Amino acid sequence: MSNGNSEKIVAANPAAGIGFDLFLRCVHCGLCTSACPTYTELGDENDGPRGRIQLMRMVAEGRTPLSDRMRRHLELCLDCRSCETACPSGVRYGRMIEPFRQAVEQLDARLEKRFDWFRELILLRLLPYPNRLRPLLAPIRLLQRLGLFDAAERVGLLRLVPGRLGRLVRLLPPPVSGGPRLPKFLPAVGRKRARVAFFVGCVADVFYRHVHWATVRVLQQNGCDVFVPPGQGCCGAIHLHNGDPDGARLAAHANLVAFELDRYDAIVVNHGGCGAMLKEYGLHWQDGLTPHRAKFAAKVKDVHEFLDQLGFVPPRRRIDCVATYHDSCHLAHAQGVTAAPRKMLTSIPGLTLIELPESGICCGSAGTYNLLEPGMAERLARRKLNNILQTGAQVVLAANAGCMLQIAAAIRGQRLPLRVMHPMELLDLSYREE
Amino acid sequence: MSLPPLITDLRQCVGPSNVLFAPSELAVYDCDAFTAERRPPVAVVFPENAQQVGQLMRVCRHHGAAVVPRGAGTSLAGGCLPGPNSVVLMLTRMNRILEIDLRNRMAVVEAGVPNLKLTQALAGSGYHFAPDPSSQGASTIGGNVATNAGGPHTLKYGVTVNHVLGLEVVLSDGTIVQLGPYEDPPGLDLVGLLVGSEGILGIVTKVWVRLTRNPQDYRTMRAIFDSVEQASEAVSRIIAAGIIPAAMELMDQGILAAVEEAFSFGFPLDAQAILIIEVDGLAVDIERKQQQIVDICKQFGAREVLTAATTAQRELLWKCRKLAVGATGRLSPSYIIEDGVVPRTRLPQVIRRIAEIARSHRIRIVNVAHAGDGNVHPLLLFDERDSAETQRVRAAGREVLQECIAAGGSITAEHGIGVEKLSLMERLFAPQDLEAMRRIREAFDPRLLFNPGKKLPQAGGAASA
Ligand SMILES: Cc1cc2nc3c(=O)[nH]c(=O)nc-3n(C[C@H](O)[C@H](O)[C@H](O)COP(=O)(O)OP(=O)(O)OC[C@H]3O[C@@H](n4cnc5c(N)ncnc54)[C@H](O)[C@@H]3O)c2cc1C
Ligand code: SF4
Ligand code: SF4
Repeated sequence: MSNGNSEKIVAANPAAGIGFDLFLRCVHCGLCTSACPTYTELGDENDGPRGRIQLMRMVAEGRTPLSDRMRRHLELCLDCRSCETACPSGVRYGRMIEPFRQAVEQLDARLEKRFDWFRELILLRLLPYPNRLRPLLAPIRLLQRLGLFDAAERVGLLRLVPGRLGRLVRLLPPPVSGGPRLPKFLPAVGRKRARVAFFVGCVADVFYRHVHWATVRVLQQNGCDVFVPPGQGCCGAIHLHNGDPDGARLAAHANLVAFELDRYDAIVVNHGGCGAMLKEYGLHWQDGLTPHRAKFAAKVKDVHEFLDQLGFVPPRRRIDCVATYHDSCHLAHAQGVTAAPRKMLTSIPGLTLIELPESGICCGSAGTYNLLEPGMAERLARRKLNNILQTGAQVVLAANAGCMLQIAAAIRGQRLPLRVMHPMELLDLSYREE
Repeated sequence: MSLPPLITDLRQCVGPSNVLFAPSELAVYDCDAFTAERRPPVAVVFPENAQQVGQLMRVCRHHGAAVVPRGAGTSLAGGCLPGPNSVVLMLTRMNRILEIDLRNRMAVVEAGVPNLKLTQALAGSGYHFAPDPSSQGASTIGGNVATNAGGPHTLKYGVTVNHVLGLEVVLSDGTIVQLGPYEDPPGLDLVGLLVGSEGILGIVTKVWVRLTRNPQDYRTMRAIFDSVEQASEAVSRIIAAGIIPAAMELMDQGILAAVEEAFSFGFPLDAQAILIIEVDGLAVDIERKQQQIVDICKQFGAREVLTAATTAQRELLWKCRKLAVGATGRLSPSYIIEDGVVPRTRLPQVIRRIAEIARSHRIRIVNVAHAGDGNVHPLLLFDERDSAETQRVRAAGREVLQECIAAGGSITAEHGIGVEKLSLMERLFAPQDLEAMRRIREAFDPRLLFNPGKKLPQAGGAASA
């Protein structure tokens, strides 16, 4: 990865890239600790935000080199940023842990030049590319259609697929027909109120295309002309969070080219993880395109946020059910969007929305965390499921592909009669006049 | 590799994965929310039940190691600062709510349950746990008990001790005792003694707490003043009029700036002081009380008095107040927060003196106050990397507290003594009073293993903070 380009050379101190003023924001009050999923599970300050900030700060100050044990505590962090929501002092934790991790990854790569096939082939070369992922899924899809996949899961055959790949396979949702690829343009229904560009993404389009369709229909119902610019692709989050900032920059570049900013009122996203990444385009890389990326980022809106600001048309069709809403970390903590989805959901006639205990505590999905840290991810999935069961809900709503996969897998594991849906799916149903 | 015998024995009690002793991991336990002094412990242990706590006590006693209990580590007085050769004993893995018994208005919790978790578990039941320290999102009920924590609603509902019915405590020899639960203790009131003892008498492992019925109705107001004096006069007058609000909180201009930046509530930034006043009770007379309060505030020069119109507004208002201290991190890299308490009527005078002290030490001080209780929290801002400034801040802090004593008050209402205020104990108590307390401490802990160097100064006035 390093080819002499000065930017890629990492100082031997992995905390060197963190602005020291970021550390100074932390006054060590400890108010963030109980918001942290790993601290809540383990009770060790080393696995909580205040402790992790101190660990990174010690490295930054050169007081201690990064030991293996410190490294474990930092690796166990979900980067869910629940601590940022809890912190009254405005600490930007994500802006510390992310550069720190990237630096550690790059140092590793330089030192060992080890080849991590899962990271290199699956995470970086497969998942972000729908065109490669789709055909590979075909055999699994066939098994699923034949009902054999379920049987294999039940008798534990899938456990035979080793390690991280096995975990990935077990996460796969049962097939739903997602519908055709989204067209380039979908016109507003009724009075035209906005022009938006829709962001399609990668994994979301493979597993949750039906959610995309639901989302664009809801946008149309709210008077939006929806454009789906060709040439767009993965937001780059998978690359960035797996130590490949250059891959992420390329992904960002493709999107920069694909979206003609001046044509749209907003770039609308329906999954929290992609939205968070797109909104941070202005921060991650420093080069001549930084201002352009910042301008792009400023146009990005989560779909709930956008419709709430636009003033959404109340949906009319009754849906009698009891539901609960899970706050995706990247929507709630990274983007601060919590009220808008609830507001939209409670506007559905007949729907009872029960508040989920610990709604903002990560479900363990956290991007690709569940593939890399299965122990903690499973503990958090169990915790999430127990909280969901307490609400008595029939439907769990989450606005992020990772959370939907993770929660659905936990539910399948226990064979519970519970459905996982994206809020836009329910809203779409309620907007339909039949 | 051969481990020190203490570590080996600790590991035997709780298992190797529940003992930390690597220097980099210990460093994270070198202080709590009071950062002006730091010292790493020799080990950190994570027991899961009272039996393990008892075994750990025996091991530490055997090796002559001191024990520092720690909950969420939000102490503002350095209560969790390790002494020399100290083992930090974490209560955070004992975090189950064991029972909620609404008929008897009681809940039983392990010491490590965060205060807010109990509140959340009670949502919708019509009851709540009344002590509401501003740190309630994180601080543990065991820690609240150990510091006798208070909060905004202390004005009407009292401090933690008024809401504890019983305790399970591990003594220094490892014995587990159960005190209570009772409404009215038949023997010696050891629960009363243990609450607020800051971990020097025993380790609290389980708490029976009283639950309080939610008020039928409440009104939350904010009044904006052009001077701190006017605001405090209004506070005194409200109480004099025979009204006991559920809470009466004051924030000065300095802290408002931080709060506004954090939560964009819409406070006018030129306001010199803001009062948050909540009344609760029966729906029938709440309007009358509210009107009385509005009139008094106006009479004392309030520029504007507004009542929160929705639950969301009320919650945001309380969030602003409760997270105000934490938001101060936006103003400076570090702060020390004092916990002075004075007769309510002396509040304006003391706040004026605080401003003078800040000027004379060339530091910045901002204030929040549980104004109804005369409990003022000056926050002294500094940069911990500037040692001269750190010294000035600590000197100013002592001067502020001396001012409180001189005004007929005390040096802590709720945060505890810890190490931070140790040197002032001798000003507050006569030697024989301190000696009586020391004897009680020794009766519980003859070898002084629990939290040595905290709460009570050494005999002979050798206190050094
Ligand atoms: C931003 C902020 C706001 C705050 N606001 C308030 C407030 O409004 N009111 C208030 O009263 N306090 C407040 N505090 C102080 C602090 O939160 C309280 O003292 C709280 O009760 C401490 O709980 P903890 O679990 O963090 O205890 P810790 O900080 O872990 O410990 C506090 C002391 O208790 C001892 N201890 C802890 N657990 C046990 C146990 N199980 N058995 C025996 N001893 C034990 C420790 O040794 C230490 O001496 C605030 C702190 C912060 C940082
Ligand atoms: S990150 Fe924020 S909440 Fe956590 S200890 Fe630091 S200042 Fe306090
Ligand atoms: S990002 Fe999440 S897991 Fe990491 S320290 Fe913050 S709250 Fe904890």
